[in-house]
Amino acid sequence: MSAAEVVLRTEALEKRFGSLKVTRGVTLELPRGARYALIGPNGAGKTTLINLITGQMRPDSGSIALAGRDITAMPTAGRVQHGLTRTFQINTLFPDLTPIEAVTLAIAERERVAGQFWRPLAAHKAAIEEGFEILRGLRLADVATRTTRTLPYGQQRLLEIALALATRPKVLLLDEPAAGVPKDESAMLFSVIAGLPEDISVLFIEHDMDIVFSFASRIIVLVAGAVLLEAEPEVVRTDPRVREVYLGQAAHG
Amino acid sequence: MIGQIAIVLFDGFAFGMLLFVLSVGLSVTLGLMNFINLAHCAFGMLGGYVAVTAMRQLGLPFVASLPLAFLAAAAVSVIFERTLFRRLYQAGELNQVLFTIGLVFVAAATATYLFGTGQQPIQLPSWLRGSVEIAGMRLGAYRMFLVAVALAITALLVFGLERTRFGAQVRAAVDNQRVAQGLGLDVDRIFAVTFAVGSGLAGLGGALAIEIVGLDPSFGFHFLVYVLIVVSVGGLGSVAGSFLGATLLGIGDVAGKYFVPEIGSFLIYLIMVAILFMRPLGLLGRR
Amino acid sequence: MSEIARNSPDPRLWLKQRSRWSIVEIAFWLAALLPFFLFPAYLTLASQIAIAALFAVSVDLVLGYAGIVTLGHAMFFGLGAYAAGLISKAGWGEPLSGLVMAGVFAGLVGYVASFIIVRVQHLALIMITLGLGILSYELANAMSWLTGGTDGLQGVDTWPLFGAFEFDLWGKTAYSYALAGLFIGVMVCRRMVHSSFGLALRGIRENVRRMPAIGSDYRAHLQTVYAISAAIAGAAGALLTQTTDTVSLDVLSFQRSADVVVMLILGGTGRLYGGIVGAIIFLVARDQLAGINPQYWYFWIGVLLMVVVLVMPSGILGGLARLAGKRD
Repeated sequence: MSAAEVVLRTEALEKRFGSLKVTRGVTLELPRGARYALIGPNGAGKTTLINLITGQMRPDSGSIALAGRDITAMPTAGRVQHGLTRTFQINTLFPDLTPIEAVTLAIAERERVAGQFWRPLAAHKAAIEEGFEILRGLRLADVATRTTRTLPYGQQRLLEIALALATRPKVLLLDEPAAGVPKDESAMLFSVIAGLPEDISVLFIEHDMDIVFSFASRIIVLVAGAVLLEAEPEVVRTDPRVREVYLGQAAHG
Repeated sequence: MIGQIAIVLFDGFAFGMLLFVLSVGLSVTLGLMNFINLAHCAFGMLGGYVAVTAMRQLGLPFVASLPLAFLAAAAVSVIFERTLFRRLYQAGELNQVLFTIGLVFVAAATATYLFGTGQQPIQLPSWLRGSVEIAGMRLGAYRMFLVAVALAITALLVFGLERTRFGAQVRAAVDNQRVAQGLGLDVDRIFAVTFAVGSGLAGLGGALAIEIVGLDPSFGFHFLVYVLIVVSVGGLGSVAGSFLGATLLGIGDVAGKYFVPEIGSFLIYLIMVAILFMRPLGLLGRR
Repeated sequence: MSEIARNSPDPRLWLKQRSRWSIVEIAFWLAALLPFFLFPAYLTLASQIAIAALFAVSVDLVLGYAGIVTLGHAMFFGLGAYAAGLISKAGWGEPLSGLVMAGVFAGLVGYVASFIIVRVQHLALIMITLGLGILSYELANAMSWLTGGTDGLQGVDTWPLFGAFEFDLWGKTAYSYALAGLFIGVMVCRRMVHSSFGLALRGIRENVRRMPAIGSDYRAHLQTVYAISAAIAGAAGALLTQTTDTVSLDVLSFQRSADVVVMLILGGTGRLYGGIVGAIIFLVARDQLAGINPQYWYFWIGVLLMVVVLVMPSGILGGLARLAGKRD
């Protein structure tokens, strides 16, 4: 893998809460167009890692680079502006806005026109049309003008992704995109993710191993805050340490 | 001059201890439930009126009326908590503010109806009147009593929170409610008991305050601002923070009014705004 | 795909419809002219109401749209009132330019204050707004050489409007002036809340945590709206000064900050006209019940607040909208 292809790189990220080390020396590289999965038992620090990468939390040490540029000190909004976007495990939407309003807002923020207070919203024609296209692509066009809080849960999960796409990301971090979605629907959801544009690099957290093995080109296994293994699915599937982590957890649980 | 400063410091500290008793309950319940209870001092006012009534109608001595003030405020508050406040835990802060400030209005009007708008004088026992001379300074006996009571309460609270099983549960719930619930703690019961104790302390504070600042129907409003300053400056959910905040505010208020009376009244607000600007979570707050 | 396209709504048309004038809205503004004919004896009260309504609309921008609780907005109302008074006392009594200057001044102070406001949340936010409000009151009290202290600012002299219309005893000019001020203020706010900026404000209210994750520097939005809101509140204060030719210390009081929030909650937040409806009901009721003990007036305000929070969280207009079967 040549260095030029790497879009996102973390270098020896460390984070502790009090005496508890939740992220230990995590070094990762995400190449352009990647479809990587991040797996690990509960409490392995997967969401914390995403929080660190996207800036919701600051690492104690280590660095993060996006397309070769150090973003370790950049606030979350700036990282999004530079193309690093995430979704949330628990729906983090705008309950009283409609989907079309929410995606239009994200696009207006991206185009830095959201602060214009004299131009009617309906005059942002290109933004509204682009937002509607995104919704259409996620099969949300029919409910574009319904209030978010009234949408079925599965559609709210899709809207999570739509909001992220509206920021036009280079790197998309999906924190359990199918959390709480029935199995047949989650396959549909992942087919949407698999169909995302080629040049977006995707890193997703997922617990369902069938989905992980069928959608990920490479898998990162996180245990107790550290990377245990990063390899192709076939390697991960047969690695005795991974088996032990999961079987061990199953035996305890 | 040195003696004067020492006396002002002592009076300020005593006032701070009164503020501590009034506010520590709000700090803990805010940290625990995130519920902004602006009616906290209305429970303090209730305690004050209960103490006055107990002394006047039942002829109880001052010290015996204090536990009654505590119990009455605790009992009434837990009724409100179980029936009304709990509906607002998930509501936004604006709704909490509006509802509880509405309760303060109602409490003030009720107090006016029952007791009139005048101050309620009380008769202290002789051993609490006058002053005591220590190291050449004449210190008010009542203020020393106040400090002793507040320090005893601090010790009890610290012991209760740090050393007992229930205290450990409260601390766990303050740190993370969801985790505490996951561990099988009865969060509802923890809420109710903590709320009762916190409001009871406010009631006790209301009774203790009569001699220092008087008691009238505006008490619930007047002291609210002081209590909120203590809680926000000290940091939510922190007994030590409340102690620190109350001490600073008490001394700052008394010393400010004594030494720089022209600007004393807005000095404390200026300091509060400055502290919250530097440390939005308060001096000892963590979240 | 084509089938979906046919069934789904045209999003731009839908967004456009949301900002369209309704019959009720037009009827409301026509009705606002009725006091000239029906209650000519109450024009002074009517102008007080229009001023309070403009103040409530300014608070609605911050509290109703952006979801930022404020318990100290009288600070900006009072700053505008004193600014207008002092400009007039300094020898420039022309009302329109005085109004603009007072509004700009309050807006600038609001912008400075917004640097503190955006740093804090929850209780600290409430305390900061409350603290700044009390601070400005105490400051005005202490600077009595400038403000007249508790005696109020004397010697304000407002020139006739357009050099032709005297502010008469009956309040005809006053109500015309205040109503025009309210109308322009509401039109400005209306334009704003139906822009992408208004959408961003609602985004902040609905989920401030998500805003950075869609790339929004939401604090800049908050600072903007805070400054605009402060300017409108200041203009409302200036209207009060110019229509009464006095400024008393209570323009800065906590009670004014609290009353305006009560009016807004009563009418309904986040819908511009809620503050106006609330101001009408609140001030008419207070005028009619002026004889009763203020303690009992606040008893009913307290009951009202508790009831509104528990059973009518979207205020009178929200309740009416629900009855009418409309969603918004």
